[in-house]
Amino acid sequence: MGLLDKHLGYRAPLDGIRAAGADPSSVRFDAVLSPTEGILDGKQVILLGTNNYLGLTFDPECIEASAAAVREWGTGTTGSRFANGTYSGHTDLERALAGFYGRKHAMVFTTGYQANLGGISGLVGRGDHLILDADSHASIYDAARLSQAEVIRFRHNDPEDLHKRLRRMGDQAKGSLIVVEGIYSMIGDVAPLKEMVAVKNEMGAYLLVDEAHSMGVLGAKGRGLAEAAGVEDDVDFIIGTFSKSLGSVGGFLVSDAENFDLLRIVSRPYMFTASLPPAVIASTLVALKRCEADVGLRAQLAANADQLYDGLREMGYAVGPHASPITAVVMPDQAMAVTMWNALLANGVYLNLAIPPATPNNLSLLRSSVSAAHTPEQIGTVLDVFEKLGLHYGLLQRSRRASA
Amino acid sequence: MGGSRMVELATDLTVREVARAAETVLGRSVQVTPETDIARDLAVDSLALMNIVMELEDRFDLSIPLDRLATVQTVGDLSELINKLRVKA
Repeated sequence: MGLLDKHLGYRAPLDGIRAAGADPSSVRFDAVLSPTEGILDGKQVILLGTNNYLGLTFDPECIEASAAAVREWGTGTTGSRFANGTYSGHTDLERALAGFYGRKHAMVFTTGYQANLGGISGLVGRGDHLILDADSHASIYDAARLSQAEVIRFRHNDPEDLHKRLRRMGDQAKGSLIVVEGIYSMIGDVAPLKEMVAVKNEMGAYLLVDEAHSMGVLGAKGRGLAEAAGVEDDVDFIIGTFSKSLGSVGGFLVSDAENFDLLRIVSRPYMFTASLPPAVIASTLVALKRCEADVGLRAQLAANADQLYDGLREMGYAVGPHASPITAVVMPDQAMAVTMWNALLANGVYLNLAIPPATPNNLSLLRSSVSAAHTPEQIGTVLDVFEKLGLHYGLLQRSRRASA
Repeated sequence: MGGSRMVELATDLTVREVARAAETVLGRSVQVTPETDIARDLAVDSLALMNIVMELEDRFDLSIPLDRLATVQTVGDLSELINKLRVKA
Protein backbone atom coordinates (compact mmCIF):
# COMPACT_ATOMS: atom_id res chain seq x y z
CA MET A 1 0.00 0.00 0.00
CA GLY A 2 1.40 3.38 -1.03
CA LEU A 3 1.00 6.74 0.63
CA LEU A 4 -0.97 8.02 -2.35
CA ASP A 5 -3.57 5.24 -2.16
CA LYS A 6 -5.85 7.50 -0.15
CA HIS A 7 -6.30 9.65 -3.28
CA LEU A 8 -7.38 6.73 -5.47
CA GLY A 9 -10.96 7.99 -5.39
CA TYR A 10 -9.78 10.62 -7.90
CA ARG A 11 -8.24 8.03 -10.26
CA ALA A 12 -11.40 7.08 -12.18
CA PRO A 13 -12.69 10.66 -12.65
CA LEU A 14 -9.27 11.87 -13.85
CA ASP A 15 -8.85 8.94 -16.21
CA GLY A 16 -12.37 9.56 -17.49
CA ILE A 17 -11.55 13.16 -18.34
CA ARG A 18 -8.27 12.10 -19.98
CA ALA A 19 -10.10 9.48 -22.05
CA ALA A 20 -12.38 12.21 -23.44
CA GLY A 21 -9.43 14.04 -25.00
CA ALA A 22 -7.00 16.57 -23.59
CA ASP A 23 -6.33 16.77 -19.86
CA PRO A 24 -6.93 20.22 -18.36
CA SER A 25 -4.39 19.51 -15.63
CA SER A 26 -1.61 19.11 -18.18
CA VAL A 27 -2.37 21.50 -21.06
CA ARG A 28 1.04 22.43 -22.47
CA PHE A 29 1.55 25.48 -24.65
CA ASP A 30 4.28 25.22 -27.30
CA ALA A 31 4.36 29.01 -27.46
CA VAL A 32 2.52 32.05 -26.19
CA LEU A 33 2.31 34.64 -28.95
CA SER A 34 0.52 37.48 -27.17
CA PRO A 35 -1.86 38.04 -24.23
CA THR A 36 -4.62 36.54 -26.39
CA GLU A 37 -2.97 33.88 -28.56
CA GLY A 38 -0.96 30.72 -27.99
CA ILE A 39 0.13 27.56 -29.79
CA LEU A 40 -1.21 24.25 -28.45
CA ASP A 41 -0.12 21.03 -30.18
CA GLY A 42 1.01 23.06 -33.18
CA LYS A 43 -2.35 24.79 -33.46
CA GLN A 44 -3.05 28.47 -32.80
CA VAL A 45 -5.70 29.08 -30.13
CA ILE A 46 -7.40 32.16 -28.69
CA LEU A 47 -6.59 32.45 -24.99
CA LEU A 48 -9.90 33.01 -23.22
CA GLY A 49 -9.09 31.68 -19.78
CA THR A 50 -5.92 33.26 -18.46
CA ASN A 51 -7.16 36.10 -16.17
CA ASN A 52 -4.93 38.47 -18.15
CA TYR A 53 -7.52 41.22 -17.70
CA LEU A 54 -5.49 44.22 -18.87
CA GLY A 55 -3.38 42.22 -21.34
CA LEU A 56 -0.12 43.58 -19.90
CA THR A 57 1.98 40.37 -20.09
CA PHE A 58 3.53 41.55 -23.37
CA ASP A 59 3.49 45.28 -22.62
CA PRO A 60 6.81 46.59 -24.00
CA GLU A 61 7.43 48.89 -21.01
CA CYS A 62 6.79 46.07 -18.52
CA ILE A 63 9.10 43.76 -20.45
CA GLU A 64 11.87 46.40 -20.64
CA ALA A 65 11.65 47.12 -16.90
CA SER A 66 11.81 43.42 -16.17
CA ALA A 67 14.81 42.85 -18.47
CA ALA A 68 16.69 45.82 -17.00
CA ALA A 69 16.07 44.56 -13.45
CA VAL A 70 17.29 41.05 -14.18
CA ARG A 71 20.52 42.48 -15.61
CA GLU A 72 21.07 44.84 -12.71
CA TRP A 73 19.91 42.68 -9.78
CA GLY A 74 20.22 39.11 -11.02
CA THR A 75 17.66 36.35 -11.49
CA GLY A 76 16.49 35.86 -7.91
CA THR A 77 16.80 36.88 -4.28
CA THR A 78 17.58 33.28 -3.21
CA GLY A 79 15.77 33.67 0.08
CA SER A 80 13.30 35.45 2.30
CA ARG A 81 13.30 39.17 3.06
CA PHE A 82 14.05 38.40 6.69
CA ALA A 83 17.09 36.26 5.92
CA ASN A 84 18.47 37.76 2.71
CA GLY A 85 17.35 41.34 3.07
CA THR A 86 14.97 43.53 1.13
CA TYR A 87 15.84 44.87 -2.32
CA SER A 88 14.92 48.46 -3.09
CA GLY A 89 12.33 47.22 -5.59
CA HIS A 90 10.36 45.48 -2.85
CA THR A 91 9.99 48.67 -0.83
CA ASP A 92 9.34 50.75 -3.97
CA LEU A 93 6.48 48.42 -4.88
CA GLU A 94 5.09 48.43 -1.34
CA ARG A 95 5.17 52.22 -1.29
CA ALA A 96 3.49 52.36 -4.71
CA LEU A 97 0.74 49.95 -3.60
CA ALA A 98 0.08 51.90 -0.39
CA GLY A 99 -0.10 55.07 -2.48
CA PHE A 100 -2.40 53.48 -5.07
CA TYR A 101 -4.87 52.47 -2.36
CA GLY A 102 -4.35 55.58 -0.22
CA ARG A 103 -3.29 53.46 2.77
CA LYS A 104 -0.46 53.77 5.24
CA HIS A 105 0.96 50.28 4.85
CA ALA A 106 1.52 47.56 2.27
CA MET A 107 3.35 44.27 2.24
CA VAL A 108 4.14 42.09 -0.72
CA PHE A 109 3.88 38.29 -0.80
CA THR A 110 5.39 35.83 -3.24
CA THR A 111 2.07 34.62 -4.65
CA GLY A 112 -1.57 35.67 -4.41
CA TYR A 113 -2.32 32.40 -2.63
CA GLN A 114 0.30 33.26 -0.02
CA ALA A 115 -1.10 36.78 0.36
CA ASN A 116 -4.36 35.26 1.63
CA LEU A 117 -2.57 32.56 3.58
CA GLY A 118 -0.13 34.97 5.21
CA GLY A 119 -2.39 38.01 5.47
CA ILE A 120 -5.41 36.30 7.01
CA SER A 121 -3.42 33.95 9.28
CA GLY A 122 -1.45 36.96 10.49
CA LEU A 123 -4.61 38.92 11.30
CA VAL A 124 -6.56 36.23 13.16
CA GLY A 125 -5.45 33.37 15.38
CA ARG A 126 -6.67 30.97 18.03
CA GLY A 127 -9.64 32.46 19.87
CA ASP A 128 -10.44 34.93 17.06
CA HIS A 129 -13.44 34.61 14.77
CA LEU A 130 -13.22 34.50 11.00
CA ILE A 131 -16.40 34.92 8.95
CA LEU A 132 -16.18 33.61 5.37
CA ASP A 133 -18.41 33.76 2.33
CA ALA A 134 -19.34 30.14 1.52
CA ASP A 135 -17.88 30.44 -2.00
CA SER A 136 -14.49 31.72 -0.84
CA HIS A 137 -11.37 30.80 -2.80
CA ALA A 138 -9.34 27.80 -1.61
CA SER A 139 -6.56 30.12 -0.43
CA ILE A 140 -9.00 31.75 2.02
CA TYR A 141 -10.12 28.37 3.36
CA ASP A 142 -6.49 27.27 3.71
CA ALA A 143 -5.70 30.54 5.50
CA ALA A 144 -8.55 29.79 7.89
CA ARG A 145 -7.03 26.42 8.75
CA LEU A 146 -3.56 27.86 9.21
CA SER A 147 -4.91 30.64 11.44
CA GLN A 148 -6.62 28.19 13.86
CA ALA A 149 -9.35 30.80 14.30
CA GLU A 150 -12.99 29.79 14.79
CA VAL A 151 -14.52 29.84 11.32
CA ILE A 152 -18.17 30.55 10.46
CA ARG A 153 -19.45 30.57 6.86
CA PHE A 154 -22.34 32.65 5.55
CA ARG A 155 -24.40 32.05 2.41
CA HIS A 156 -22.72 33.38 -0.73
CA ASN A 157 -23.20 37.12 -1.31
CA ASP A 158 -26.03 37.23 1.25
CA PRO A 159 -25.71 40.20 3.66
CA GLU A 160 -28.83 39.15 5.59
CA ASP A 161 -27.39 35.71 6.20
CA LEU A 162 -24.12 37.33 7.30
CA HIS A 163 -26.09 39.52 9.71
CA LYS A 164 -27.96 36.53 11.13
CA ARG A 165 -24.80 34.53 11.74
CA LEU A 166 -23.01 37.45 13.38
CA ARG A 167 -26.03 38.09 15.64
CA ARG A 168 -25.97 34.42 16.60
CA MET A 169 -22.37 34.82 17.77
CA GLY A 170 -23.41 37.39 20.38
CA ASP A 171 -20.50 39.31 21.91
CA GLN A 172 -18.00 37.40 19.79
CA ALA A 173 -19.16 39.15 16.60
CA LYS A 174 -17.42 42.33 17.69
CA GLY A 175 -13.84 42.27 16.48
CA SER A 176 -14.36 39.30 14.17
CA LEU A 177 -12.92 39.44 10.65
CA ILE A 178 -15.28 39.16 7.66
CA VAL A 179 -13.65 38.11 4.37
CA VAL A 180 -15.29 38.63 0.97
CA GLU A 181 -14.05 38.75 -2.62
CA GLY A 182 -14.54 41.62 -5.06
CA ILE A 183 -15.34 39.40 -8.04
CA TYR A 184 -15.80 35.68 -7.41
CA SER A 185 -13.45 33.73 -9.62
CA MET A 186 -15.74 30.98 -10.90
CA ILE A 187 -18.99 32.75 -11.85
CA GLY A 188 -17.72 36.34 -12.04
CA ASP A 189 -20.36 37.69 -9.68
CA VAL A 190 -19.70 40.72 -7.48
CA ALA A 191 -20.17 41.00 -3.70
CA PRO A 192 -22.95 43.37 -2.48
CA LEU A 193 -20.29 45.33 -0.66
CA LYS A 194 -22.37 48.34 0.47
CA GLU A 195 -24.79 46.05 2.28
CA MET A 196 -21.92 44.00 3.72
CA VAL A 197 -20.31 47.19 5.02
CA ALA A 198 -23.54 48.20 6.76
CA VAL A 199 -23.63 44.82 8.56
CA LYS A 200 -19.94 45.02 9.43
CA ASN A 201 -20.34 48.51 10.93
CA GLU A 202 -23.44 47.55 12.91
CA MET A 203 -21.74 44.51 14.40
CA GLY A 204 -18.34 46.09 15.03
CA ALA A 205 -16.47 43.59 12.86
CA TYR A 206 -13.48 44.12 10.56
CA LEU A 207 -13.75 43.68 6.81
CA LEU A 208 -11.16 42.28 4.40
CA VAL A 209 -11.82 42.36 0.65
CA ASP A 210 -9.85 40.11 -1.69
CA GLU A 211 -9.69 42.15 -4.90
CA ALA A 212 -7.73 39.50 -6.85
CA HIS A 213 -10.14 39.48 -9.79
CA SER A 214 -11.47 43.05 -9.41
CA MET A 215 -8.22 45.05 -9.20
CA GLY A 216 -7.67 46.80 -12.52
CA VAL A 217 -11.20 45.76 -13.51
CA LEU A 218 -13.57 47.76 -11.27
CA GLY A 219 -13.45 51.37 -10.06
CA ALA A 220 -12.49 54.51 -11.98
CA LYS A 221 -8.84 54.10 -10.92
CA GLY A 222 -8.92 50.31 -11.01
CA ARG A 223 -8.71 49.86 -7.25
CA GLY A 224 -11.47 47.29 -7.35
CA LEU A 225 -14.92 46.73 -5.90
CA ALA A 226 -14.39 48.85 -2.76
CA GLU A 227 -13.68 51.84 -5.00
CA ALA A 228 -16.55 51.06 -7.37
CA ALA A 229 -18.99 50.69 -4.45
CA GLY A 230 -17.70 53.87 -2.79
CA VAL A 231 -16.92 52.16 0.51
CA GLU A 232 -13.13 52.22 0.67
CA ASP A 233 -13.11 53.98 4.05
CA ASP A 234 -15.09 51.11 5.55
CA VAL A 235 -12.81 48.35 4.26
CA ASP A 236 -10.07 47.60 6.80
CA PHE A 237 -7.85 45.33 4.73
CA ILE A 238 -7.38 44.76 1.02
CA ILE A 239 -5.64 41.74 -0.42
CA GLY A 240 -4.80 41.40 -4.08
CA THR A 241 -2.60 39.70 -6.61
CA PHE A 242 -0.12 40.63 -9.32
CA SER A 243 -0.92 37.55 -11.37
CA LYS A 244 -4.06 38.82 -13.04
CA SER A 245 -4.41 42.46 -14.10
CA LEU A 246 -0.73 43.21 -13.40
CA GLY A 247 0.51 40.32 -15.53
CA SER A 248 3.19 38.82 -13.27
CA VAL A 249 3.06 36.85 -10.01
CA GLY A 250 2.80 37.77 -6.33
CA GLY A 251 0.28 39.25 -3.94
CA PHE A 252 -0.17 42.02 -1.41
CA LEU A 253 -1.97 43.25 1.68
CA VAL A 254 -2.68 46.96 2.32
CA SER A 255 -4.17 48.60 5.40
CA ASP A 256 -4.06 51.52 7.81
CA ALA A 257 -3.91 49.13 10.79
CA GLU A 258 -1.59 50.05 13.63
CA ASN A 259 1.37 47.73 14.26
CA PHE A 260 1.18 46.53 10.66
CA ASP A 261 4.95 45.99 10.69
CA LEU A 262 4.53 43.13 13.18
CA LEU A 263 2.94 41.08 10.40
CA ARG A 264 6.38 40.78 8.83
CA ILE A 265 7.60 38.68 11.73
CA VAL A 266 4.43 36.75 12.63
CA SER A 267 3.16 35.79 9.16
CA ARG A 268 4.77 32.46 8.38
CA PRO A 269 3.87 32.40 4.63
CA TYR A 270 5.60 35.80 4.39
CA MET A 271 8.63 35.02 6.51
CA PHE A 272 9.55 31.52 5.45
CA THR A 273 9.53 31.81 1.68
CA ALA A 274 11.80 33.42 -0.88
CA SER A 275 10.87 36.98 -1.84
CA LEU A 276 9.82 37.92 -5.36
CA PRO A 277 12.65 38.16 -7.93
CA PRO A 278 13.61 41.68 -9.05
CA ALA A 279 12.37 41.13 -12.61
CA VAL A 280 8.85 40.38 -11.32
CA ILE A 281 8.88 43.38 -8.99
CA ALA A 282 10.02 45.67 -11.82
CA SER A 283 7.33 44.72 -14.32
CA THR A 284 4.68 44.82 -11.59
CA LEU A 285 5.62 48.40 -10.68
CA VAL A 286 5.21 49.52 -14.29
CA ALA A 287 1.96 47.54 -14.68
CA LEU A 288 0.55 49.16 -11.52
CA LYS A 289 1.16 52.62 -13.01
CA ARG A 290 -0.48 51.54 -16.28
CA CYS A 291 -3.40 50.07 -14.35
CA GLU A 292 -4.03 53.37 -12.59
CA ALA A 293 -3.41 55.73 -15.50
CA ASP A 294 -4.73 53.88 -18.55
CA VAL A 295 -8.49 54.26 -18.20
CA GLY A 296 -8.86 53.12 -21.81
CA LEU A 297 -7.76 49.60 -20.88
CA ARG A 298 -10.61 49.27 -18.39
CA ALA A 299 -13.15 50.63 -20.86
CA GLN A 300 -11.99 48.15 -23.52
CA LEU A 301 -12.11 45.30 -21.00
CA ALA A 302 -15.69 46.20 -20.05
CA ALA A 303 -16.73 46.40 -23.71
CA ASN A 304 -15.16 42.99 -24.41
CA ALA A 305 -16.83 41.49 -21.34
CA ASP A 306 -20.21 42.82 -22.50
CA GLN A 307 -19.70 41.48 -26.02
CA LEU A 308 -18.96 37.95 -24.82
CA TYR A 309 -21.57 37.86 -22.05
CA ASP A 310 -24.38 39.36 -24.15
CA GLY A 311 -23.50 37.17 -27.13
CA LEU A 312 -23.59 33.94 -25.11
CA ARG A 313 -26.74 34.89 -23.25
CA GLU A 314 -28.60 35.90 -26.39
CA MET A 315 -27.73 32.55 -27.97
CA GLY A 316 -29.44 30.84 -25.06
CA TYR A 317 -26.51 29.74 -22.90
CA ALA A 318 -26.92 29.85 -19.12
CA VAL A 319 -24.43 32.42 -17.81
CA GLY A 320 -23.86 34.33 -14.55
CA PRO A 321 -26.08 37.08 -13.12
CA HIS A 322 -24.30 39.96 -14.86
CA ALA A 323 -21.53 40.76 -17.35
CA SER A 324 -18.02 40.63 -15.93
CA PRO A 325 -14.59 39.81 -17.36
CA ILE A 326 -15.27 36.33 -16.01
CA THR A 327 -18.10 34.61 -17.82
CA ALA A 328 -19.03 31.08 -16.83
CA VAL A 329 -21.26 29.04 -19.10
CA VAL A 330 -23.23 26.48 -17.11
CA MET A 331 -23.16 23.02 -18.69
CA PRO A 332 -25.96 20.49 -18.06
CA ASP A 333 -23.49 17.98 -16.59
CA GLN A 334 -19.81 17.18 -16.24
CA ALA A 335 -19.68 14.89 -19.27
CA MET A 336 -21.02 17.64 -21.54
CA ALA A 337 -18.63 20.16 -19.95
CA VAL A 338 -15.68 17.90 -20.78
CA THR A 339 -16.98 17.28 -24.32
CA MET A 340 -17.53 20.97 -24.98
CA TRP A 341 -14.18 21.93 -23.47
CA ASN A 342 -12.39 19.54 -25.84
CA ALA A 343 -14.44 20.67 -28.82
CA LEU A 344 -13.72 24.34 -28.07
CA LEU A 345 -10.02 23.54 -27.89
CA ALA A 346 -10.18 21.64 -31.18
CA ASN A 347 -11.86 24.71 -32.68
CA GLY A 348 -9.16 27.09 -31.46
CA VAL A 349 -10.64 28.40 -28.19
CA TYR A 350 -8.84 27.79 -24.90
CA LEU A 351 -10.79 28.40 -21.69
CA ASN A 352 -11.13 26.71 -18.28
CA LEU A 353 -12.96 23.51 -17.48
CA ALA A 354 -14.31 24.05 -13.97
CA ILE A 355 -15.92 21.07 -12.25
CA PRO A 356 -16.90 20.09 -8.70
CA PRO A 357 -15.62 20.35 -6.02
CA ALA A 358 -13.83 23.49 -7.29
CA THR A 359 -17.14 25.08 -8.30
CA PRO A 360 -20.11 26.42 -6.31
CA ASN A 361 -23.32 24.34 -6.13
CA ASN A 362 -21.69 21.35 -7.89
CA LEU A 363 -21.93 23.16 -11.22
CA SER A 364 -19.94 22.09 -14.25
CA LEU A 365 -18.73 25.23 -15.96
CA LEU A 366 -16.87 26.48 -18.98
CA ARG A 367 -15.15 29.43 -17.38
CA SER A 368 -13.79 32.19 -19.57
CA SER A 369 -11.98 35.41 -18.81
CA VAL A 370 -11.64 38.21 -21.36
CA SER A 371 -8.78 40.66 -21.70
CA ALA A 372 -8.62 44.28 -22.77
CA ALA A 373 -6.23 42.93 -25.42
CA HIS A 374 -8.91 40.82 -27.14
CA THR A 375 -10.16 42.33 -30.37
CA PRO A 376 -13.90 42.40 -31.11
CA GLU A 377 -13.09 40.05 -34.01
CA GLN A 378 -11.52 37.48 -31.66
CA ILE A 379 -14.57 37.56 -29.41
CA GLY A 380 -16.76 37.29 -32.50
CA THR A 381 -14.82 34.16 -33.48
CA VAL A 382 -15.30 32.71 -29.99
CA LEU A 383 -19.06 33.36 -30.20
CA ASP A 384 -19.26 31.69 -33.62
CA VAL A 385 -17.51 28.59 -32.25
CA PHE A 386 -19.80 28.49 -29.20
CA GLU A 387 -22.84 28.70 -31.48
CA LYS A 388 -21.63 26.02 -33.87
CA LEU A 389 -20.83 23.61 -31.04
CA GLY A 390 -23.95 24.44 -29.04
CA LEU A 391 -26.12 23.53 -32.04
CA HIS A 392 -24.05 20.40 -32.74
CA TYR A 393 -24.38 19.08 -29.21
CA GLY A 394 -28.01 20.13 -28.78
CA LEU A 395 -27.29 22.78 -26.16
CA LEU A 396 -28.87 25.47 -28.34
CA GLN A 397 -32.15 25.16 -30.19
CA ARG A 398 -31.60 27.40 -33.18
CA SER A 399 -28.94 29.60 -34.71
CA ARG A 400 -28.91 33.37 -34.39
CA ARG A 401 -29.39 33.66 -38.13
CA ALA A 402 -32.50 31.47 -38.05
CA SER A 403 -34.01 33.35 -35.11
CA ALA A 404 -33.32 36.80 -36.65
CA MET B 1 -31.93 6.18 34.53
CA GLY B 2 -34.21 8.96 33.33
CA GLY B 3 -31.26 11.32 32.76
CA SER B 4 -29.36 9.03 30.43
CA ARG B 5 -32.60 8.23 28.57
CA MET B 6 -33.07 11.97 28.03
CA VAL B 7 -29.54 12.28 26.60
CA GLU B 8 -30.21 9.32 24.31
CA LEU B 9 -33.41 10.91 23.10
CA ALA B 10 -31.68 14.22 22.42
CA THR B 11 -28.99 12.35 20.47
CA ASP B 12 -31.64 10.54 18.41
CA LEU B 13 -33.32 13.83 17.57
CA THR B 14 -30.00 15.42 16.60
CA VAL B 15 -29.09 12.46 14.42
CA ARG B 16 -32.44 12.82 12.68
CA GLU B 17 -31.78 16.54 12.10
CA VAL B 18 -28.35 15.73 10.68
CA ALA B 19 -30.03 13.34 8.25
CA ARG B 20 -32.57 15.99 7.23
CA ALA B 21 -29.86 18.60 6.74
CA ALA B 22 -27.87 16.13 4.63
CA GLU B 23 -30.95 15.43 2.51
CA THR B 24 -31.52 19.15 1.93
CA VAL B 25 -27.91 19.69 0.83
CA LEU B 26 -27.46 16.48 -1.16
CA GLY B 27 -30.91 16.51 -2.75
CA ARG B 28 -31.45 12.79 -2.09
CA SER B 29 -32.74 10.70 0.79
CA VAL B 30 -30.20 9.23 3.21
CA GLN B 31 -30.33 6.52 5.88
CA VAL B 32 -28.14 7.25 8.86
CA THR B 33 -27.28 5.87 12.27
CA PRO B 34 -24.82 7.42 14.74
CA GLU B 35 -22.20 5.05 13.30
CA THR B 36 -22.61 6.27 9.69
CA ASP B 37 -19.26 7.54 8.35
CA ILE B 38 -20.08 10.89 6.75
CA ALA B 39 -17.43 10.90 4.02
CA ARG B 40 -17.40 7.17 3.21
CA ASP B 41 -21.02 6.06 3.70
CA LEU B 42 -22.77 9.23 2.56
CA ALA B 43 -20.19 10.17 -0.12
CA VAL B 44 -20.04 13.67 1.32
CA ASP B 45 -17.01 15.78 0.35
CA SER B 46 -15.59 18.58 2.49
CA LEU B 47 -17.65 21.24 0.72
CA ALA B 48 -20.93 19.34 1.13
CA LEU B 49 -20.12 18.74 4.80
CA MET B 50 -19.63 22.48 5.30
CA ASN B 51 -22.99 23.09 3.63
CA ILE B 52 -24.65 20.50 5.88
CA VAL B 53 -23.15 22.26 8.90
CA MET B 54 -24.53 25.59 7.67
CA GLU B 55 -27.96 23.99 7.39
CA LEU B 56 -27.64 22.61 10.93
CA GLU B 57 -26.59 26.01 12.29
CA ASP B 58 -29.93 27.36 11.07
CA ARG B 59 -31.97 24.40 12.37
CA PHE B 60 -30.46 24.71 15.85
CA ASP B 61 -29.89 28.49 15.75
CA LEU B 62 -26.31 27.79 16.74
CA SER B 63 -22.77 28.64 15.62
CA ILE B 64 -20.74 25.55 14.67
CA PRO B 65 -17.18 26.73 13.98
CA LEU B 66 -15.62 24.79 11.08
CA ASP B 67 -12.39 24.17 12.93
CA ARG B 68 -14.39 21.91 15.28
CA LEU B 69 -15.12 19.54 12.38
CA ALA B 70 -11.55 18.21 12.41
CA THR B 71 -12.59 15.47 14.85
CA VAL B 72 -15.94 14.70 13.21
CA GLN B 73 -16.03 11.48 11.23
CA THR B 74 -19.42 9.91 11.94
CA VAL B 75 -22.95 11.24 12.21
CA GLY B 76 -22.70 10.45 15.92
CA ASP B 77 -19.59 12.66 16.23
CA LEU B 78 -21.44 15.53 14.55
CA SER B 79 -24.53 15.08 16.75
CA GLU B 80 -22.36 15.00 19.84
CA LEU B 81 -20.61 18.22 18.78
CA ILE B 82 -23.97 19.93 18.23
CA ASN B 83 -25.31 18.78 21.60
CA LYS B 84 -22.15 20.00 23.30
CA LEU B 85 -22.43 23.41 21.63
CA ARG B 86 -26.14 23.61 22.53
CA VAL B 87 -25.37 23.09 26.20
CA LYS B 88 -22.78 25.87 26.03
CA ALA B 89 -25.09 28.30 24.20
